[in-house]
Amino acid sequence: MEKFTCLTAIAVPLDRANVDTDAIIPKQFLKSIKRSGFGPNLFDEWRYLDHGEPGMDNSTRAVNPDFVLNQARYAGAQILLARDNFGCGSSREHAPWALEDFGIRVIIAPSFADIFYNNCFKNGLLPIVLPEEIVDKLFEMVDTNEGYQLTVDLEQQTITDDGGLKINFELDEFRRHCLLEGLDEIGLTLAHADEIRAYEEKQKQITPWLF
Amino acid sequence: MSAKTLYDKLWDSHEVRKNDDGTSLLYIDRQLIHEVTSPQAFEGLRLANRKPWKVSANLATPDHNVPTTNRSEGIEDPISKIQVDTLDQNCEYFGITEFKMDDIRQGIVHVIGPEQGATLPAMTLVCGDSHTSTHGAFGTLAFGVGTSEVEHVLATQCLIQKKSKNMLVRVDGQLKPGVTAKDVILTIIGKIGTAGGTGYAIEFAGEAIQSLSMEGRMTISNMAIEAGARAGMIAVDDTTIEYVKGKTCAPKGEQWEMAVEYWRDFHTDEGAMFDKEVILDAACIQPQVTWGTSPEMTIAINESVPAPEQETDPVKKEGMKAALKYMGLEAGTPINEIPVDVVFIGSCTNSRIEDMRAAAAIARGRKVAGNVQQALVVPGSGLIKQQAEKEGLDKIFIEAGFEWREPGCSMCLAMNADRLEPQQRCASTSNRNFEGRQGQGGRTHLVSPAMAAAAAVAGHFIDSSKLKPVA
Ligand code: SF4
Repeated sequence: MEKFTCLTAIAVPLDRANVDTDAIIPKQFLKSIKRSGFGPNLFDEWRYLDHGEPGMDNSTRAVNPDFVLNQARYAGAQILLARDNFGCGSSREHAPWALEDFGIRVIIAPSFADIFYNNCFKNGLLPIVLPEEIVDKLFEMVDTNEGYQLTVDLEQQTITDDGGLKINFELDEFRRHCLLEGLDEIGLTLAHADEIRAYEEKQKQITPWLF
Repeated sequence: MSAKTLYDKLWDSHEVRKNDDGTSLLYIDRQLIHEVTSPQAFEGLRLANRKPWKVSANLATPDHNVPTTNRSEGIEDPISKIQVDTLDQNCEYFGITEFKMDDIRQGIVHVIGPEQGATLPAMTLVCGDSHTSTHGAFGTLAFGVGTSEVEHVLATQCLIQKKSKNMLVRVDGQLKPGVTAKDVILTIIGKIGTAGGTGYAIEFAGEAIQSLSMEGRMTISNMAIEAGARAGMIAVDDTTIEYVKGKTCAPKGEQWEMAVEYWRDFHTDEGAMFDKEVILDAACIQPQVTWGTSPEMTIAINESVPAPEQETDPVKKEGMKAALKYMGLEAGTPINEIPVDVVFIGSCTNSRIEDMRAAAAIARGRKVAGNVQQALVVPGSGLIKQQAEKEGLDKIFIEAGFEWREPGCSMCLAMNADRLEPQQRCASTSNRNFEGRQGQGGRTHLVSPAMAAAAAVAGHFIDSSKLKPVA
């Protein structure tokens, strides 16, 4: 997994609550058996005017000029500003894969759906939960300042801008550590293989029908 | 020992170790696997040169992509075919039991687990699918995971997890006739909202829940995720044990006795504390129809589509406006005047034998209304299909003008050929009414099986209890 330490980038505002994972990456793209290549179809139904299917040449499709990700002022954005319950719905990890493939590394929202939140960390994406008033303020800043950039520092757990803004954010220590180091969680768990085996031995006595 | 909730007991009995950072290593007894969220997990295993930790803990079946017609001809869509073939190959390579597309035991993953007794009380169960919460109906800790976690479980039989908070949703008293489990869960979601359970594990309890069959309980816990909770669960009781008894993978003989004794403890102790409690009166619950693009946008059959102007929260107000526009509805329209184009009876929420029976009871002796272009019945598994046919339900549906299909997810998410056309309005027994869920531009109204069948024969939404059985 790619490490995340510090990032300065343009923030793009997606002003909608309850954005579900099917909106992030529509189901027809889930038929891929790969982990990569989902970026061009991120938010496909909102981003393009036609109906997308796998295998299409996305560069020739008509884009929806009203959709925020298509606006020139947000080109190259790596921080996504979002609303409540972002990532609800299906558990598809294709959603963080699509965001990451597109170039997004940080998502800021007042709340996230649990499974999506969890999936982000497995893919080098940093979801940040902030109080609603602060998210509102960031939406306003992005809206009124073209080219507005934020710096997200995971080491310090801060979000800053050039104008002196400074926001602290909270994060589980374990997740922070894995992200900072780009750790392979399976490897971490396998380091406890003996304990897993000991647990199994104990359970064989208590719930033998499961073994 | 202090009083524990059901969730506490499930958690504690599966904790392999506590880490210093507040997470735990949780042992996973069972993993269910389907074709959409597993290929990258198997690929990851191979790339890292790892083997499954406990092959027998896994059970696989293709469901999302499979066609519901003409099975013998295989899968027409080449990309869907690759995905299903990849599952077959991976299961063969790693030695994992799979019910392939042509196996009578194949079906929706959340239907076949309980049907086979692969889902048992007091276990931990995961699947790369958000509706894994379904299995919580067995007093099981069951939750959806992403593909990285599917791989993690394959490789280690464990997950690194942080414990959620405890939430109780209690439904007191008895449901009125004609009110089903689907109406209960929609009412709950309407009350607490789609994020109301975020960060919590929900236990559903109370007389109305305990009175439900296992099918009804699965409908309830299936939709816990629509209330934001990764896991929803219901205590083990006689109904649970009766249902599990004799299932293929259930313990037998002496082990059965031992298991029953063990399972009986999986309920919340008297005096245990919850972080949040919601209490509903069963008598107030009416048959529900969702009007918008989120399961929380639900109303009773005798109500009208709400007006955004009455909402004070600005983000919610905008959401309501967008939903009305997408759904092509006017505020103030009585829901029972809204005509439907398509009816879908199926999905892991409502495709079990009891659901088939409830829908057939309405369809019997009636005809699908002229304005309804398609009415699909998709049983949840091959075995349910077989049972329904034994009972003659297929004939009732076909005579009424419904199509009787092969098992799978079908129009619940429209990854196969079954999908809505733009602007088609569908009465659906599935669990999600998100934009485009059943096909781009399609408009979904979530209802119970009886309400869906009633909408099919009436041509519009109608209280199914108003339709008396036709002799
Ligand atoms: S029936 Fe629908 S909700 Fe259930 S597993 Fe299939 S796609 Fe998911």
